Amino acid sequence: MANNNQAIGLQERMEKNIWLLLIILAMVLSVGGLVEIVPLFYMKNTMEYNKVPELVWQRKAGQTLHDWKPGDGIRPYTALELAGRDIFQREGCYLCHSQMIRPFRDEKERYGHYSLAAESMYDHPFQWGSKRTGPDLARVGGKYSDTWHRKHLRAPRSVVPESVMPNYPWLHETSVADKDMKKRFEVMRMMGVPYTDADIANANAELKGKTEEDAVVAYLQVLGTMAKIDDNTAYRE
Amino acid sequence: MDAVAEQKYNLTVVRWFTVMAVVYLVVGTSIGVYIASELAWPFLNFDIPYITFGRLRPLHTNAVIFAFGGCALMATSYYSVQRTCGVRLWSDKLAWFVFWGWNLIIVAAVITLPLGINQSKEYAELEWPIDLAIAVVWLTYTFNFLMTIATRKSSHIYVSNWFFLGMMVMITYLHVVNSLAIPVSLFKSYSLFSGVQDAMIQWWWGHNAVGFYLTAGFLGMMYYFVPKQAGRPVYSYRLSVIHFWALMFGYVWLGAHHLQYTALPDWTGSLGAAVSIAMIIPSWGGAVNGMMTLSGAWDRLRTDYILRFLIMSLAFYAMSTFEGPIMSIKTVNALSHYTDWTIGHVHSGALGWVAMVAIGSIYHLMMRTFHTEMWSLKLINAHFWTATIGTVVYIVAMWVSGIMQGLMWRAYDDYGTLAYTFAESVEAMHPYYAMRAVGGMIFVTGAVLMLINVLMTVRKATSEDTIRQAATASAAA
Repeated sequence: MANNNQAIGLQERMEKNIWLLLIILAMVLSVGGLVEIVPLFYMKNTMEYNKVPELVWQRKAGQTLHDWKPGDGIRPYTALELAGRDIFQREGCYLCHSQMIRPFRDEKERYGHYSLAAESMYDHPFQWGSKRTGPDLARVGGKYSDTWHRKHLRAPRSVVPESVMPNYPWLHETSVADKDMKKRFEVMRMMGVPYTDADIANANAELKGKTEEDAVVAYLQVLGTMAKIDDNTAYRE
Repeated sequence: MDAVAEQKYNLTVVRWFTVMAVVYLVVGTSIGVYIASELAWPFLNFDIPYITFGRLRPLHTNAVIFAFGGCALMATSYYSVQRTCGVRLWSDKLAWFVFWGWNLIIVAAVITLPLGINQSKEYAELEWPIDLAIAVVWLTYTFNFLMTIATRKSSHIYVSNWFFLGMMVMITYLHVVNSLAIPVSLFKSYSLFSGVQDAMIQWWWGHNAVGFYLTAGFLGMMYYFVPKQAGRPVYSYRLSVIHFWALMFGYVWLGAHHLQYTALPDWTGSLGAAVSIAMIIPSWGGAVNGMMTLSGAWDRLRTDYILRFLIMSLAFYAMSTFEGPIMSIKTVNALSHYTDWTIGHVHSGALGWVAMVAIGSIYHLMMRTFHTEMWSLKLINAHFWTATIGTVVYIVAMWVSGIMQGLMWRAYDDYGTLAYTFAESVEAMHPYYAMRAVGGMIFVTGAVLMLINVLMTVRKATSEDTIRQAATASAAA
């Protein structure tokens, strides 16, 4: 092989040495993710409560999750709501219903104030969704009665004739009382969701006598109602 | 030549992965047609929990990406790494472990997903025990691939292997980080991350599953099978080097374009959009490199039906890698996000590029590894036309419905109020949901033709005893 006395470039060296290629690839591939992900954990303006602390519920000692009223601020889900959220995930509701309102005039009118990052901070995993086969649910809480929701879940076309949503009759035929919410609260707390010992101890009691439908309705009715959002405040850039 | 290959390389594991890929193509796309039909005709949910749209959609995506795509990638990468390195797979045992492990994971998906056992993160729905199995099998696959290259006879590592390796490394990162979760029970876990951080991590995964699994991996396939089928060298070495590194570095940043105008910080979305636009260039670099390999031999397309698949796939690749960046721009995204246009874009890439390049490569692989002609060349052509027409019908339906949805949602009447209820927009979708299901049915028909052709070819090879003859031929040329 002729030696042309030129230095062997990095590309050629990588093509002849798999381990060098592997290491360089591993380094090159990690950059984009690090730049886009890591700052989200540290930059203060990612979470709006750094500018507007009232967005988060300031729980006093001895208060349970049921001492909260809509507008008091963002709080962890109650046992029934979390059970409902777990069912929402199980049935794949997030595949057709988003939970992320954008800062557009038409979305403000149709759904309400745009969603804040802080509003989903306790959502493990997030449920922002990527498709609206059905409407966005980020602020559906309080918009329809419990009765409407039950009818809609059991037979969507009975209240919305144009709907393509499947019927979910088994939800009100299935009890939710066997779910171990105590364990689920503990895992959530492990990840930083501020459940108290009292919350955890009482978690399973809340589910007695309830159906899956009760849980889903409880979850839907709390969506978007936690933070008191003021139209005149600029929460985000 | 065939005998040399049969005796030197492990072609058995390649044969098994190849046939399974075709089986999963039919299964995965059929589930797709069923869920598409459920949207057009909701009675098809039949009030049965296990087959509702919400339970089956993850099964469809996992089946087409990981079952079909995975087996196609494993078949083609294990084949091309052996041939380009001039050595047998470093370990036969590990190769079989990967084959059985991967297929068992697929079985686990088929059982758990309809039961609603999922982590509700797109394309990463499988629960934590299966995630662990995926990590073990994937690392084994990568290790075997690396060691085969490390023990190669050729001095340089061929370009398709760089792409396969890029895929293997990136998918390892993505799967490990995005699947981090704390188990509550054997079948339930909660994602370690939450809210906006989880959203960014999920779409770092989601887009890079497309960019590395479905693009880099399949470009690796393209770089081997296009020149092989055309009988001509790749158009430009220099172009392959430049566009490879540009893709490896740049693609990773694109995930943020899934979150435009959401609660993700503005700067992250802008970064994602800017790099997405920049990616048009290295993507088209790959398309050009593949297509121009045919320079001087375009007439081959008149008679070579496999080449038709490969070249058509590059046309769709160029189209999709232009459409995607356009949709990443915030202004365009303000219209397209949450609509069917996104679905249309996904499928132009998935059916037009991914499926077609894999299909072309698989037909080539069938003939080389079973040492016989395909049972029917005419069926390959019929498949080509059904695949192309089905894809076009699907995409056009979604372009119209997606843009229509986006426009209806933001339409105002003369009084300054919203012109349409959400339900009215759903009603307007119906003919396009039906059209999309039909497009899918046409595509599935082609896939079924392929399965028939492949199974009959296996039968033909068995009756002609081609494999055993190649395996025992003495002192081949």
